[in-house]
Amino acid sequence: MEKQLKKLDKDNAGLKNALVAPMQRRIFFRYAGASAAATALLFATTSCDDDDMGAMDPDVVDLGSGDIGVLNYAYALEQLEAAYYTEVVARSLSMFNQTEQQIMQDLKGHEMIHRDFLQAALGSSAIPALQVDFSSVNFNDKNSVLMTAKTFEDLGVAAYNGAGRLLEDAGFLTLAGKIVSVEARHAAVISDLISNGTFADSANGMGFDPAMMPADVLAAASSFITTNISANNLPQ
Amino acid sequence: MNLFKIIEDIEKVDPEVYERLDSRRKVFKHMGSFSKKAALAALPLALGSVFQKAYGQTSNDVLDALNFALKLEYLERNFYTQALQANGLITDATARGAIETIRDHEAAHVEALIATINSLNGTPIDEPTFNFGKNFSNWNTNYETFLTLAQAFEDTGVRAYKGQAPRLINNDAVLTAALQIHSVEARHAAYIRRMRGNEGWIIGEGDNSNVPAGAQPVYEGEGNLMQGGVNNVSTVGAGYSSAIATGAFDEPLTKAQVAAIVSLFE
Repeated sequence: MEKQLKKLDKDNAGLKNALVAPMQRRIFFRYAGASAAATALLFATTSCDDDDMGAMDPDVVDLGSGDIGVLNYAYALEQLEAAYYTEVVARSLSMFNQTEQQIMQDLKGHEMIHRDFLQAALGSSAIPALQVDFSSVNFNDKNSVLMTAKTFEDLGVAAYNGAGRLLEDAGFLTLAGKIVSVEARHAAVISDLISNGTFADSANGMGFDPAMMPADVLAAASSFITTNISANNLPQ
Repeated sequence: MNLFKIIEDIEKVDPEVYERLDSRRKVFKHMGSFSKKAALAALPLALGSVFQKAYGQTSNDVLDALNFALKLEYLERNFYTQALQANGLITDATARGAIETIRDHEAAHVEALIATINSLNGTPIDEPTFNFGKNFSNWNTNYETFLTLAQAFEDTGVRAYKGQAPRLINNDAVLTAALQIHSVEARHAAYIRRMRGNEGWIIGEGDNSNVPAGAQPVYEGEGNLMQGGVNNVSTVGAGYSSAIATGAFDEPLTKAQVAAIVSLFE
């Protein structure tokens, strides 16, 4: 138990060190955090066989809880996108004209820096590198490459849109906002490369882009991610 | 103390209490897993916070942020509506189609924001009078000027919503709606930028944005490299060019910065 509490403490300290930007944790969440610790205490004294089973399974990567879990969720998606454009640039570049090649290079750079930034920010709380599987993509077919890119970009936008409300810290919310609009720019450009003028066809009748919850996003991405990811401890 | 009795009592005077508390559902889940004794000990603290969040802040802050967004959406709707009516301004069929799409979204955003403000018992602002010719007299006769302003409005819109998001953090439904609009504005911005031969994303302080010096406030601060606790984000991983490092992150604008931009058109 003591170990568990120390770990909680350590995680929080690491997070504060890594992301010292506007930390506006509100009093409410301090109480919530205290409650969580108290709950853990109760469980520890009354039942010992009820501890986090998922975390024990070495084959499952658990995203974690709270804001760290949400940031790990973003980190997982950025890993997927970075790996994808790395593959595209390595294998498909010659199919594209010069402007398109620059776009693919930029997208690769943006997704890689998103990935590396989140990893740096998460520090020791970061999930490990995920195994990806792009065997369903034909990297010699422009349409296949672009359609997969569109899938990832639209999914990324919907994921960040849905995850904003799961974040408790305003600084993290702003960071997510800084990334999501760039993903939306990507999504628009890729969509237009497939069919000009479709840049915002994702929006519904109210002019709103989709917002998806983690379970749905991870299910949609699961055929491209070999690693088994658990989002069970993410905020609801 | 009986939590559910308290909420039932509140429901008599506020039928929407469950809705208000809905976003904090997880708090109640947590409480369910306490032993009764622990719950009673924790309740007075936690409960006060829950209600503070549910009632304390349907706050003028949220309403102010929404009305601020509404003003921008009014501006965009008005701008595209007038532009589409201007004789010989937007002649290319593909371009017209795109601008119509964008106008329709801005019009839908206006309606959605008005409905949201009303549902929060706020008062939506009336549409201001805009004067796009105040500083750009050929805005509706010169296609390039029109597109330049469109780009400036869309990139400003993205930055404005981003800047307001933290004010909405305690209202999950409104925050999510704002984010859903925010990403659509970013899609618009990318398209307009590419109509002008610019990249879809913003490099440096708008270096790749082809705007006159007077429009620089739209891109002020976009060259920021400090992200979270990382002092220079271009140094993460194996290192990145500043073009990648600035292009990968859009930056917020404060309300005052946006107001200064909007004042050029009213």
